Amino acid sequence: MVIGGPFLLAFSGSLVLLLGLRAEHLTVEGIRGRVTQLRLGTTVMAVMAWAIVLIGTWVLLPWYGEDTPDSPRSILLSKSSTRQWHELADVWKTHVAYMAPILATAAAALVGYYGRALAHDRTARNLVLSLLLGAFAVSSFAALIGSLVTRAAPLR
Amino acid sequence: MPLRSAEGEVLRPSGPAAAVVLASGAGSFSLGLLSVLTAASQQVSDALTFSDRVGDVSGLTAVSAVVFFATWGVLAVAWRRADPPLLRVAAASAALIALGLLGTFPPFFNAFGG
Repeated sequence: MVIGGPFLLAFSGSLVLLLGLRAEHLTVEGIRGRVTQLRLGTTVMAVMAWAIVLIGTWVLLPWYGEDTPDSPRSILLSKSSTRQWHELADVWKTHVAYMAPILATAAAALVGYYGRALAHDRTARNLVLSLLLGAFAVSSFAALIGSLVTRAAPLR
Repeated sequence: MPLRSAEGEVLRPSGPAAAVVLASGAGSFSLGLLSVLTAASQQVSDALTFSDRVGDVSGLTAVSAVVFFATWGVLAVAWRRADPPLLRVAAASAALIALGLLGTFPPFFNAFGG
């Protein structure tokens, strides 16, 4: 919540700023202001994405996978009806989640590199948009799987 | 004196942008490739187990992050003044990301397990 909230806010803000960043619709001052905010938004998104996966891997995963009968992993594996929640859903989420910070970092780097030129360069804007949407799609998928797994076997 | 567009914007070479786009593909592909290799080989799995509590995911993710940043750094230097076709680089990166997604899908990488 503390990290996921700013991530979502940064994504939403960056998306709106990027979609409206067109030289034909903005003054020079307008472009400058939007690009500054877009730099902030995409950087926050990238930093939060790294924080989410690092905490997930190094803090939550050891708890989840503890070799005790009451760890969430053991609970899920103990029944055939919940086994796939670990073997498919959680394992996939754990592996694929790192694409989110990689894609978000690439988006932030492109915004930093192109700066105000983004307002004039449709190709660069579309690339940033694709990377942002990719990062959001992966992180949403991982968050959804995480919440469903937590419902099936709560982390205590 | 840098080149400028008709609107006065500095025209930047696409190299540094292409570097990070391709690096994101390389990092994503590395996640998929290492997922397959850890499933296929106990030796690789052991080598990537940086932490016993986390398992081989610890090394798999750390190495992929290093691949991303290292590829970015190397290509950014190599392409700092180059102008590679950005759309072609983006297409190559998208293909690497798609392969990475496939490689991280458990039924796929478990098919390589012994």
